[in-house]
Amino acid sequence: MFEYAPAPESRDVVDIKPAYGLFIDGEFVDGSGPSFKTVNPATEEQLAEIATASSDDVDRAVRAARKAFGVWSALPGSERAKYLFRIARIIQERARELAVLETLDNGKPIRESRDVDVPLVAAHFFYYAGWADKLGYAGFGPDPRPLGVAGQVIPWNFPLLMLAWKVAPALATGNTVVLKPAETTPLTALLFADICRQADLPPGVVNIVTGAGETGAAVVAHPDVNKVAFTGSTEVGRLIARAVAGTDKKLTLELGGKAANIVYEDAAIDQAVEGVVNGIFFNQGHVCCAGSRLLVQESIHDELLDALKRRLGTLRLGDPLDKNTDIGAINSAEQLARIRELSDSGEAEGARRWSPACELPERGYWFPPTVFTGVAQSHRVAREEIFGPVLSVLTFRTPAEAVEKANNTPYGLSAGIWTEKGSRILWTAERLRAGVVWANTFNRFDPASPFGGYKESGHGREGGLHGLEAYLDV
Amino acid sequence: MSRLSVRKTYKLYIGGAFPRSESGRSYPVTSAKGDFLANASQASRKDARDAVVAARKAFPGWSGATAYNRGQILYRVAEMLEGRRGQFADELGGARKAALEAVDAAVDRLVWYAGWSDKIAAVHGTANPVAGPYFNLSSPEPTGVVAVVAPADPLLGLVSVVAPAIVTGNTCVVVASEPSPLPAITFAEVLATSDLPGGVVNVLTGRQAELAPWLAGHMDVNALDLTGVEDADLALRCEQAAAENLKRVLRPTAGDWTADPGLRRMTAFLETKTVWHPTGV
Repeated sequence: MFEYAPAPESRDVVDIKPAYGLFIDGEFVDGSGPSFKTVNPATEEQLAEIATASSDDVDRAVRAARKAFGVWSALPGSERAKYLFRIARIIQERARELAVLETLDNGKPIRESRDVDVPLVAAHFFYYAGWADKLGYAGFGPDPRPLGVAGQVIPWNFPLLMLAWKVAPALATGNTVVLKPAETTPLTALLFADICRQADLPPGVVNIVTGAGETGAAVVAHPDVNKVAFTGSTEVGRLIARAVAGTDKKLTLELGGKAANIVYEDAAIDQAVEGVVNGIFFNQGHVCCAGSRLLVQESIHDELLDALKRRLGTLRLGDPLDKNTDIGAINSAEQLARIRELSDSGEAEGARRWSPACELPERGYWFPPTVFTGVAQSHRVAREEIFGPVLSVLTFRTPAEAVEKANNTPYGLSAGIWTEKGSRILWTAERLRAGVVWANTFNRFDPASPFGGYKESGHGREGGLHGLEAYLDV
Repeated sequence: MSRLSVRKTYKLYIGGAFPRSESGRSYPVTSAKGDFLANASQASRKDARDAVVAARKAFPGWSGATAYNRGQILYRVAEMLEGRRGQFADELGGARKAALEAVDAAVDRLVWYAGWSDKIAAVHGTANPVAGPYFNLSSPEPTGVVAVVAPADPLLGLVSVVAPAIVTGNTCVVVASEPSPLPAITFAEVLATSDLPGGVVNVLTGRQAELAPWLAGHMDVNALDLTGVEDADLALRCEQAAAENLKRVLRPTAGDWTADPGLRRMTAFLETKTVWHPTGV
């Protein structure tokens, strides 16, 4: 085992202000709700004071977006495209700053924010920029129209990436947006507001309102919002679906998951282990499409588990700004409590719990990589989304049983298949009721590739050509 | 003495069979002029649940059938409907010419949708050029069991909502037009003689306000088509109930059933599945 010297990324590159307002109509303004603090989950250090948007503030933001809609939607697509290309370029220019800020506010390892999140954000804007003047070729008729004002509510697990998934297609198609970032991770969205100003984006095209659930509810319920897009828990997704019922608002929802990662006995074991580790421990397991249920063929159960445990012993948990860190901090005390509660239920219900020897920092929110074996389908750790670094291991004997167990969930966001046999991949992929199927890989994302779930994992797709439909009146 | 005709008993269509409502209830159906036509079955919550069970059971087979096979069966439905042109015109009543036109339009619509079965994936699927060494393909798949509240237009409206739901591999439970349910049951006879597997389409007749909320709240229904719901409050309640398991909902629309339907009725009940695989040697 190698010793690592600390290799922290410098945080000097970011300049965090003591307090932030709301971004409405191109200006930062005060919020009328009580302000709240955003903290670094790795240290519990307070980063900044954030304004809360009241429903009046949300109304101002929607009115600004409505006013801007006239101008923005009337621009030739080629002009909208140029604004989006500009934004993509500025994101690339300020990539290091964004990555460090994301890691500070979210707790994810700098390696992930630097190598995954921020590059994907720039790519997403670049991709949808290209669509803005080609919408007539997308298969939705010769001149598909935008919807109007989009109200968007995003989660804390990929704060800036989720912003990009929402804002880029909305703007490319000619909509204007009111976006509410998550309460615990508002900073990169507020930096994005500055990027919009640097790009000379017309005021009101992008408005950012910070706050908690009430602010989000006000965005969703606003009568002059034409489109609601939400990424978050299935529980809140249900409330939103109820809230928009009976209105003309178009709705897309990206919700929870409990993905099965199926490993057949002929799989390349080392590659499968890497995929399983990436599947559940990437981003501390704060991933809606995380491979949280490992379905392993009975004949290779022991061999795979041994290899998996060996590999988990080499994961480095700690300072998210350290470039060697694999597992960062849990995003909030609230989420940590939820992970603990569900993990405790796993033990109470009879599954066996295992974690590698792993020292947790004294301050901050931390949870060690954890594996449950001997899990039954009825256990809560096999049914409920934990949204943390916790893997539940189940076994199967036949491919039919693997598919049956994989689909035995109200969710249907993603799934994984590991086998060296091509026909078995295709047979399995065809039967899995999930929106994204990764075969001999896991947790791959690309702006050109549609993402979204079946069943209670939500509806609509983000990314690719399919992602345009959510923002067009078709 | 003139011969007394043998009348038809209008029953439900569930799982390929024609049962009466388990509730034993029926309601009188009259012509536009108010003349008695027949007693239609008044389906109950239990009938709706049985229909969902039948639709779920039929889903793996129907969604697993080849697109070519599904297209041929839909075309066969059109053939069978064409063969009963006169019967349907009689049953639709009103002006003879308008009734025949409605039947013809329904036949043509079935033929149109039949052709989509093996083309929708080419139009709605994508090959995605991702920035990495991966093969990446998105293809449409049926959502599952769709509950459909059919519009008032008894035949063309019915065909226009059922065909797009099933051509892509969904199975469905249809609540027929409440005032004019009889053509829906006769259409079920067409379906039953077209090699359409039992359970792919299940037809309920009865009270829309009684049946729709049960289907909207049913946890084994994946999608809800509220096209035929004219009461805004009922539509609202159904959409709210549908949120419980996040059904895909098609909201009520005032349909011009003679217009080009576009793809929307098919894509509303399609999921997109994206499969990734590394490339390399």
